[in-house]
Amino acid sequence: MADKVKVATASLAGCFGCHMSLLDIDERIIDLVELVEFDRTPLTDIKEIGDCDVGIIEGGVCNAENVEVLREFRRHCKILVSMGACSINGGIPAMRNQYQLKECLEESYLHGMGVEDAQIPNDPEVPLLLNKVHPIHEVVKVDYFLPGCPPPADTIWTFLEELLSGEPIEFAYRQIHYD
Amino acid sequence: MIRHFTIDGIKVPFQERQTIMDAAMAAGIYIPHLCHNPEFRPQGSCRLCTVKVDGRNLAACTTPATDHAEVKSNTKKLMAMRRTLLQLLFVEGNHVCPACEKSGACQLQAVAYYCGMLAPEFTHFYPQREVDASHPEFAIDFNRCILCELCVRASRDADQKSVFAISGRGIHVHLTVNSPSGKLGDSDFDKHDRAAHVCPVGAILPKHTGYDVPIGKRLYDRKPVSMVGDVSDHEED
Ligand code: SF4
Ligand code: SF4
Repeated sequence: MADKVKVATASLAGCFGCHMSLLDIDERIIDLVELVEFDRTPLTDIKEIGDCDVGIIEGGVCNAENVEVLREFRRHCKILVSMGACSINGGIPAMRNQYQLKECLEESYLHGMGVEDAQIPNDPEVPLLLNKVHPIHEVVKVDYFLPGCPPPADTIWTFLEELLSGEPIEFAYRQIHYD
Repeated sequence: MIRHFTIDGIKVPFQERQTIMDAAMAAGIYIPHLCHNPEFRPQGSCRLCTVKVDGRNLAACTTPATDHAEVKSNTKKLMAMRRTLLQLLFVEGNHVCPACEKSGACQLQAVAYYCGMLAPEFTHFYPQREVDASHPEFAIDFNRCILCELCVRASRDADQKSVFAISGRGIHVHLTVNSPSGKLGDSDFDKHDRAAHVCPVGAILPKHTGYDVPIGKRLYDRKPVSMVGDVSDHEED
């Protein structure tokens, strides 16, 4: 049997909803693991990415670690897929772009409701926040976009099936929505 | 004698003074558009209805139909151009569809689906815009305004009120409200105005009804805009 297609996934500034939707392909996941081998992904808990055929990114870029992971993915993946509203336009996390970062931090950690022992976290382990949240295509080149919040399981499945079989990527009307 | 032109090879009859868009609509041929509504004078600003007329790119909504003209609309090139225009509209505002009450019944989304836009793909502006919730029955979210001027035309021409206007230049162009404070609550705006029911996007929105129709059962959730028609066709005062 030919080598399996290597797939890596990551959730950056997202809510894991897109990964949940991926798992929502239900029993088709058995067909999927026949065809692909998962590399770095929250599903395998592998922390370092190796060379992969397909990388799938959920979530936009909101901190320095997101940028690093995203660049690693781009370096190691032949095809990079932007999955879901946050990855595509920043989504809900990007609603903070209407405010200064300072205002966001002060609201959350100093003046917000129920805050005790008010202080803005400053541990070197905590990734530094970017001034604004960005879609991933503003940082690296993206090969495919899968819209939706989250994209329906069926949309993800159609995409993977077509991609793996070398068919043109096409969707039915109801498979594509931005919400 | 009835005169004809063709759109993508289909023969379309037209009458004196009809535009290409008028004749196409009468013949049931869909040409993507956002700023056009047959109730009001066409202004050709969104350019989505750009078609090739005998080799030249022209806005279908402002170009008079002429005998024997050969019009191309559904070509790969024109669709790609429409996607680019749509992408620019998306990145110029703040369109967080998952958090928008209009999602699923929004004409900007619907036209983007029809034209095959998967993502905005440009650098996002993330402009700082306001929400005006001063009116008891309607709110304006300026983040989503695409400057189509339908509310401007409806308020001026149908309601005889001129509640709305477009102001500023270049990237600073924005919608303004004609009232002493600039707030909608201070203006003559009324929920029965035609201007309250023509906005193609989630910029002018009635309050308290946002989720009456669940996601999945909304205007464009099952069928494309080419079959469903414009948002304003489905809005009653
Ligand atoms: S107005 Fe339309 S495109 Fe904009 S956020 Fe709302 S649903 Fe999305
Ligand atoms: S508020 Fe709505 S109708 Fe008015 S210009 Fe903006 S998008 Fe058009």
